[in-house]
Order: sequence, then C-alpha cells, then structure tokens
Amino acid sequence: MAALSRETIANGVLALLLLVVPLLAAASGETFYITLATRIVILALAALGLNIALGLGGLVSFGHAAFFGLGGYVAGILATHAFNGEALLFGLPATTSMPVIWLVAVLLCGLVALPIGAISLRTSGVYFIMITLAFAQMIYYFAVSWPDYGGEDGLSLYVRNTFPGVNTAQPLPYFLICLAVLAAAACLFWLLRGSRFGAALEAARQNTTRLSAVGIAPFRIKLVAFVISAMVTGLAGALFADLNRFVSPSMLSWQMSGELIVLIILGGKGRLFGPIAGAMVYVLFEYALGGITERWQFFLGLVLLGVVLFARGGLLGLVAGRARHG
Amino acid sequence: MAEAILQLTDLRKNFGALKATDGVSLDLRAGEIHALIGPNGAGKSTLIHQISGSLTPDGGSIRFLGQDMAGLDMAVRARRGLGRSFQISSLAPEFTALRNVMLAVQARQGSSFRFFRSVGSDKSLTDPAMAMLARVGLENRASVPAAELSHGERRQLEVAIALALGPKAFLLDEPMAGLGPDGSKKLTGFLDALRHEAPILLVEHDMDAVFALADRISVLVYGRVIATGTVDEIRANPEVRRAYLGDTA
Ligand SMILES: Nc1ncnc2c1ncn2[C@@H]1O[C@H](COP(=O)(O)OP(=O)(O)OP(=O)(O)O)[C@@H](O)[C@H]1O
Ligand SMILES: [Mg+2]
Repeated sequence: MAALSRETIANGVLALLLLVVPLLAAASGETFYITLATRIVILALAALGLNIALGLGGLVSFGHAAFFGLGGYVAGILATHAFNGEALLFGLPATTSMPVIWLVAVLLCGLVALPIGAISLRTSGVYFIMITLAFAQMIYYFAVSWPDYGGEDGLSLYVRNTFPGVNTAQPLPYFLICLAVLAAAACLFWLLRGSRFGAALEAARQNTTRLSAVGIAPFRIKLVAFVISAMVTGLAGALFADLNRFVSPSMLSWQMSGELIVLIILGGKGRLFGPIAGAMVYVLFEYALGGITERWQFFLGLVLLGVVLFARGGLLGLVAGRARHG
Repeated sequence: MAEAILQLTDLRKNFGALKATDGVSLDLRAGEIHALIGPNGAGKSTLIHQISGSLTPDGGSIRFLGQDMAGLDMAVRARRGLGRSFQISSLAPEFTALRNVMLAVQARQGSSFRFFRSVGSDKSLTDPAMAMLARVGLENRASVPAAELSHGERRQLEVAIALALGPKAFLLDEPMAGLGPDGSKKLTGFLDALRHEAPILLVEHDMDAVFALADRISVLVYGRVIATGTVDEIRANPEVRRAYLGDTA
C-alpha cells in the first residue's frame, strides 16, 4: 500500500476532532459544545444516508426529510405511548429502548421508501426531484393535520429514551452513542461503495445504458440503494428526536430535505466523510453566525456558491483532490 | 447450412415520417461475420439498437437462440447473450478501463447484490478483466479513467467489455472508427479469430476490414436491405455499386 492519501489524512483529522472536542468539552464542563457536536454527528448521519442515493447513485432525492421525520416520529410516538402506559396499534407494547426504536424506525423507513422509490425511479432528473419532493410533502401535511401526535405543534418526549447500560440523559454518553452509530454507518457506506453492488450503483450514476448493456438492470440497483439510503436517514431521525426530546413536522419539511442536500454538496458528494465535513461546517456556521445575525444562511449560501463554482468535489475535494476509482 | 443464431424478420422502425428500418430481414449464423454496410443515415445503428433492446421496433420480429426478444429489456437481452459495442462510446467515464471491464465480469458471474466484499481485491473479477484488456491491447491503460482514454482506445474498451460478457453473439457498431491504420489492422486480425467464439454482426465503414473479414455482407440503404451475399457477390452487384460502393469496389 502506498502512502496515505490526502483524503485519508483529512478524514482522520475530522474523526479525531469529532471525538476529542466533545471529550475536552466534557472535561471542562462545557456541555453545550457536546450538544453541538451531537447535532453535527446526527445531521452527518442523515446526510450520509442520503449520500448513498445521491452521492453514489446520482439520485437527487429532494424528499429525504420524509425518512428523517418518520424516524423522529417513531421515537416520539413509541416513547409517548410507553410513558403513558398505552399500547400501540394491534396491542403491541410501546418501548423507550433505543435499540428497539431504531429497529422500528429503520424498518418503517425501508418499508415506506420501497413504494416511493419504485414510483419515483420510473423517472429521472428533474422529475425524480419533484416526485420525491411531492411524496415528502404528502407525509408532511399528514403529520401537520394529524392531531393525535401534536399536529403542527409537534410532540415532546418527556425524557430521553434509554439504552442498556448507558445513562442517556447525560450529554457525553448520548454523544458517544450517536458517534458509534455514525461510525457503524460510515463502515457500511465504505463497504457498500467498494462492493459489487457499489460498483453497479456508481455505474448507474455515470451511465445507465452501460449498466444495461452488460446485463444489470439499473432499476433494481437504484431501488435497493434508495431503500438503504432511507433507512440510514431514518435512523438519524430517531436519534435527532432523542437529542432534542422533540419532534415536529419541521423534520419532514422540504427545507430539511434541502439542508441534507446542502450538507452533501458542501462536504463532497460520494465521499465517505463528505457529510461529516458538511455537517461540521453547517452547524458551526449556524452557531458562530446565528448568534450575530439571523441571516447566517446568507453567508452559508455564499460558501455553497463558492463550492459549487470552484470546488465540485466539495470542501473535502478541495483538501484531498479528485476522487479516484481504483 | 449453419443454423441462425439471430433472425430478424420484416423489422420496421419509423422516426416520424422517416422509415429508418423498412422491412429488414436478415440472419446471423454460427461462426460467421455478417457485415452490415451502407451510407451514413442508412439505419445501421438503429437496427443494432433494436436488436440490443434500446429501441423498440414498430413491427416485425427478432429471434435470438430460438426465442422471441419482444418485450425484453436491454439488460435481459445482454444476460441472454447479446454483447454489443456502441458507435458512440458508452462507458462509465469515471471508472478506470479495468473497472469498466470488471463490471461486465461481475454481471456475467451473476448477482450484483453483494454488499460487503471489496471488488478491488477480488481476483475473480480483476484477473478476467485484465485478460480481456490484454486481448484488445489495452493492458497498459488499465488504470486510466475511461474519460481520459483516446477515442480509439474507448472503442477497444467497448470491445473488451463485450468480450468479458462471454456473449453468444456480438453486435459491433463501427469498432474500427478512430483506430488508425495500425489499430484497424490489429483489430481485424482479432475479430477474424473471434468469430469462432461467437458470430459477429459487424457494422463498419472500413471497407478493407469488411472485405477481409465478412463471410456475408448485407447492404442497407434508406432502411432497406438492397442486397445480401458473399464479398464477391456484393462487389459485383451493380445496384450496390451504384448506391454505395462507387469507385472503391
Ligand atoms: N432517435 C432518433 N430520432 C429521430 N431520428 C433518428 C433517431 N435515431 C436515428 N435517427 C435517424 O434515422 C436515420 C438512421 O440513423 P442511424 O444512426 O441508424 O444511421 P447509421 O446507418 O448508423 O449511420 P452512420 O453510418 O452515420 O452511423 C438517420 O436519418 C437518423 O437521423
Ligand atoms: Mg451508426
């Protein structure tokens, strides 16, 4: 193996920062920064999910907030029922156990993504963007108009859900749980990208005709990628609800979908650490400028413009150079 | 007479008022190279597109290995054994030459729904892919992204990919274009041997190559086959000379 590539080094630095800064913050009692880092990690996870569809498959889903929000509502609804001692539909027991909630969130998102993907993937380009947006808006308006779980006002979780052997109410343990999930998802992304499935998916992004001509049906490859992508983003949604102890339709909004796309473009699409770099910049901008001006997104917009015009590979691409396919 | 691997019967395709394919019947038999020649815009590529499944005919039938291909998409036809190259190169531009061929090897081996094992270190993919590149003389360009290959190299890569599929018939649309005299000569020698692996329907403007290689030639003009025959028959055919060959015959 040759010397470490610049991208590998950049990734290592980002990973180290993501671990060390919260630990230092914890040591000095600055819990706010831990929460900030947790926000970064969860948004990065959500964008990493989208990156499977968008970065690898070239599927610009403008509706991934649907899965982010669904995951959030799964956490909120299960926790609320468990807190009130009420059973769920069909008498199923509710729970406050994170692993169970995650499983339900992931499965539900996969189940919902299957028909959405199957219909949306009949189209491509702008039509695909519009159809995924339309599906997400349907779910958004459904949540807004369904009074049982807070409707427009959203739903509060009384306490953070539980994880065996960990005090999730403390900021640092919860951060570490989220970081572990992100690390696992990053491994999944890395394996996926290097696998046969990843090769077919990346070929589908570049040239679907080529994929068909060798006998691989692009539709099924893209559909499976879309479903996996939705599942990861849904998992992030469940974590996000627990971070804020609150879910609302805003998690399902088109602005949220757009935000996820922005994170990817900012960091570098298709790159392992792209969503992480993107989420760091995004949250730090929000924190640093958000206190000074309400128009911080204007400045983020400028950065995004710069990236799109001058650094197609995103901020990571700027540091690491062009992506290579061995 | 050898059996027909591929049989087109009264195939028709219109683009608006233009009859791009106008009642074409022809066949491809085991072990042969059947060249399809004709002036620009005669409908040669359109015919290849219909056989490979990227265009749907308006009428007529395509039978391949005894089965009707109607309603089958391109991916299914490729899996059944139709290996094609494109006149306008159609590659995965960001992938290296090797990875472009590996994709075909992986497709041939079966499922692409394998999510964990790394392809980069998978010898069952890299070795056959490298062998195919070597067969077309591209082994030194294996690690170059397809987008950075020269026009001629891309055509060679197209052929390597088609080879890697281990097809039962080749559909090659102008594989010589952009190769230069040396490259054409090499590829001619290569295709000459290839016909014994699988028959070739060869669309080609390079008449030296066509006359050197073809067992049979069909001449397409305005979407119609005006003649089919051996090289000598086609050379001697007055209608063909008038319509297409001009002084080259
Ligand atoms: N998708 C399309 N829509 C409309 N017309 C088309 C389409 N594809 C091809 N044509 C027309 O059909 C005719 C046949 O085109 P085709 O590409 O099959 O010719 P060809 O014999 O391959 O020519 P060449 O030797 O230049 O490659 C041409 O007049 C072309 O303009
Ligand atoms: Mg043509």
